[in-house]
Amino acid sequence: MQCCVCKEKPATVHLTQIVGEKMQKLDLCEDCAKAKGINDLTSFAMADLMLGLGASQELEQATSGVETKCPRCGFSQADFKKSGRLGCPECYQTFAEGLSGLLKTMHKGVRHTGKAPEALRKSREIGDRLKLLQKKLAKAVETEDYELAAQLRDEIKVLTGPASSKTAK
Amino acid sequence: MKDLHQFLISPLAAAQQHGPNDRIVMSSRVRLARNLRDASFPGWAKKPERVKILETILPAICALPEMSDSFAEAMDNLTALDKQILVERHLISREHAAKNVGSGIVLNREESFCVMINEEDHLRMQALRPGFQIREAWNAIDQLDSALEKKLNYAFDNELGYLTACPTNLGTGIRVSAMLHLPGLVLAEQINPIIQSVNKLGLAVRGLYGEGTEALGNVFQVSNQMTLGESETVIVERLEKVLGQIIEHEENARQSLMEKKPKTVFNHIGRAYGILANAHSISSKETMNLLSLLRLGIDLNLFPGTPRALVDELLLVTQPAHLQKQISDKLSAEERDLLRADMVRERLKNVSRPLTK
Repeated sequence: MQCCVCKEKPATVHLTQIVGEKMQKLDLCEDCAKAKGINDLTSFAMADLMLGLGASQELEQATSGVETKCPRCGFSQADFKKSGRLGCPECYQTFAEGLSGLLKTMHKGVRHTGKAPEALRKSREIGDRLKLLQKKLAKAVETEDYELAAQLRDEIKVLTGPASSKTAK
Repeated sequence: MKDLHQFLISPLAAAQQHGPNDRIVMSSRVRLARNLRDASFPGWAKKPERVKILETILPAICALPEMSDSFAEAMDNLTALDKQILVERHLISREHAAKNVGSGIVLNREESFCVMINEEDHLRMQALRPGFQIREAWNAIDQLDSALEKKLNYAFDNELGYLTACPTNLGTGIRVSAMLHLPGLVLAEQINPIIQSVNKLGLAVRGLYGEGTEALGNVFQVSNQMTLGESETVIVERLEKVLGQIIEHEENARQSLMEKKPKTVFNHIGRAYGILANAHSISSKETMNLLSLLRLGIDLNLFPGTPRALVDELLLVTQPAHLQKQISDKLSAEERDLLRADMVRERLKNVSRPLTK
């Protein structure tokens, strides 16, 4: 087995970290393990290492070698490879495809479930409710329950009515 | 401009702050990362944009009632020594200390809130509490953040949450951490398995000054790593549970050391006292490691009448920048070692040799 960092020397250090139900594995040669500080357990954290390793490759693969640049700030995946940081909030849209795999390995989930700014919290709730109503509506139409469908359509109309401009993207 | 050194609470007052379980948990901290919607992240923004961001954020923070009496300054107005002192107080990161034009700091009078502007993110706001109080720290920073979101336009995505410069902070942007003094686990050689099991739970264990630093003075920082896919309260509760267990393990390790290997404990503490009370030249690193043992001795009642604050104050004032601040001439490392030893000897003058029970 080859070292996953230098891709030259044989891997002799094998690491496994279990987070929730996911298992992450790393195979490193002795030199790279030392360079990443793996012998010093106090400063070692797998996510830091994963970020340094896999992130840029994934971004590259997702864009299949074509240089993508963020339309707002001009940041490219080569810049990400260098710094491990993004250029601006918009970059999350620009590089969404490449980031999604990375986020999966890095975090517990890929959807935010915590706090939201109050101004957006309402539109977030409306968005969630709309999705639910539309699902119900489709089902009602399917089962030819037109009475319920009409009722649901009215509810959707109320939600998308005057507040529609505020609905989150 | 306010003088930072008149503003900061004295090292003694800082050492005398008490909180639950502060025998083992030296301090608790919750920080939130936030960014403005229509701006590049600090690492990518050019200087004029960073300055503009600073000029937007700084007054917004100072207008908050919690921050009305605060030290607010651009980083380029602080000397290298000032910045180092802020690092030694654990108020700013080493990374932030390296910043200049376009970055800033706002610290309130009680030193319970400290906001870094244009560190890695536009905003890194922290709530700090003595002892084991991560829930209190979270509640405090949550309120500050809610007040600030009315004044600033945060970058937030319905799916991904708060958008941050580094994907590792995405979502909640939260880092909950506690600084732990674990000499018992280190002496009992149980610290590595503990660190490994804490890592397995997806939590990070780091040294005294955060990322990539060694555990000087048996002080460890435990914090969450994952920020997306779980709510802040879930993260805070998990940390609370794990920290509670580490505290228990440390207490058990101390107790069993005293039962099974009292001579080893007395030997370590006695030697630490001997060197600290008699040395004429001592490095900052050695001082910290020995003071840690003295602190353990106080916890074990081997120094009756000596308050823990004596050690905690020394842990602060023997740091390089704090030491330099007391002397107007620029000191070399060797000169600092002499001065440090003099100071420690003087402070331990009235502390008697440790009991041996």
